[in-house]
Amino acid sequence: MAGGQERILRGRIRSVQATKKITRAMELIAASRIVKAQQRVIAAVPYSEMITEVVKDLAASGAGSDSPFLKTREEVKTTCYVTITADRGLCGGYNSGVMRATEGEIKADVLAGKDYLVVPVGRKAESYFRFRGYNMGSGFAGFSDAPGYSDAKSIGEYVVDLYVKGIVDRVELVYTRFVSAGTQEVVRRPLVPLDSAVVEGGDGKSAANSDYEFEPDPSVILETLLPRYVEARVYAALLNAAASEHAARQRAMKSATDNAEELIKTLSRIMNRARQDSITTEIMEIVGGAEALGSGKSA
Amino acid sequence: MASTGALRVELVSPERVLFSGEAKQVVTRTLDGGEIAFLPGHIAFLGALTECHTRIYLVDGKVQDVAVHGGFVEVAPDHVTILSDSAELAEAIDVVRARAAKERAETAMRGEHDATVESALRRAHARLSASGGLTETRAAH
Repeated sequence: MAGGQERILRGRIRSVQATKKITRAMELIAASRIVKAQQRVIAAVPYSEMITEVVKDLAASGAGSDSPFLKTREEVKTTCYVTITADRGLCGGYNSGVMRATEGEIKADVLAGKDYLVVPVGRKAESYFRFRGYNMGSGFAGFSDAPGYSDAKSIGEYVVDLYVKGIVDRVELVYTRFVSAGTQEVVRRPLVPLDSAVVEGGDGKSAANSDYEFEPDPSVILETLLPRYVEARVYAALLNAAASEHAARQRAMKSATDNAEELIKTLSRIMNRARQDSITTEIMEIVGGAEALGSGKSA
Repeated sequence: MASTGALRVELVSPERVLFSGEAKQVVTRTLDGGEIAFLPGHIAFLGALTECHTRIYLVDGKVQDVAVHGGFVEVAPDHVTILSDSAELAEAIDVVRARAAKERAETAMRGEHDATVESALRRAHARLSASGGLTETRAAH
């Protein structure tokens, strides 16, 4: 019966409309959070710049040339990948981009006969790597949309510990860098040991100030400073990832909303036609019935 | 170097710049080194800080008290930068909470000495000292 089809279509339209309301809300929420996340990224810049400056100054003074953080190990057997993803999905290709990049690195390592260890940050990475049976260290999750410094601190302490104990010989961060609301890119950055370019690339300023006075002596300062530096790097990566997550979610939800609108349009068109058809059929039936009755009377 | 002018002071935490302004003098405490004061024209200096009550003497005569819970200080003749993973301006300190934390830590210290309790005590002490709550506690005792 034609009326049945109309009812089914009406139900589908209602369900798509409900979904659209949800995706629209998520889009708006994500859009408002991008701004906040971006401000956090900017607010964290002075600290990370200054701590980099201090590391450079210390390295320029010759301190810590024997610090394990600054020396690349001769034989890198195990690489640790800190993969930063979101806790939730519904953000387009954001999570899979980071995880695919990590997986590519791991495969290259395995091919080269080397070991790896994944430290997943964010629930998505954790479930992805656990499900596929990769070697995993501790996971960190529950803060992807608004990471605090304490989260970065716990991750930093954990990887520094892995490195110092010799469980891993190199730590790399894989995350999504926030370039602008329109562009984000998946990047891989060495975390420990520190990039020698960071340490040696002393600008004019640090060279001029290399006659620093230290208290306590430089190597002690460096020892306490480097873990902080690692934490600051992790923190910056977390903030970038959070901003990227919101941007990716906003985009994904915008296209979901657009698709829902499109679907509603198509479905209403089909429904209207079905209704028209059923009305036409009904009129035909009435006319036919009346005619049959009329002809019966006159006969 | 001329010791005229003022020090440009910046107190930076990973999350944001907590304080920035012109000062005549900055007093803080280095790791194992004791208290140290910086005046304009100080030689380039780099130090690791312990939990302490840092005082920033502003050009307009006011004093900005800060509880710095470890960090670093970088000094040049015309500026002082304090980097700290956790620092609190005196205005933001909850004196009641700090006092409770101090008492808790002191009770714990009577039992056994342990590094975390000790640093908790030092933090509480720095907070109270910066917020001016320390003298009141003494009076109450």
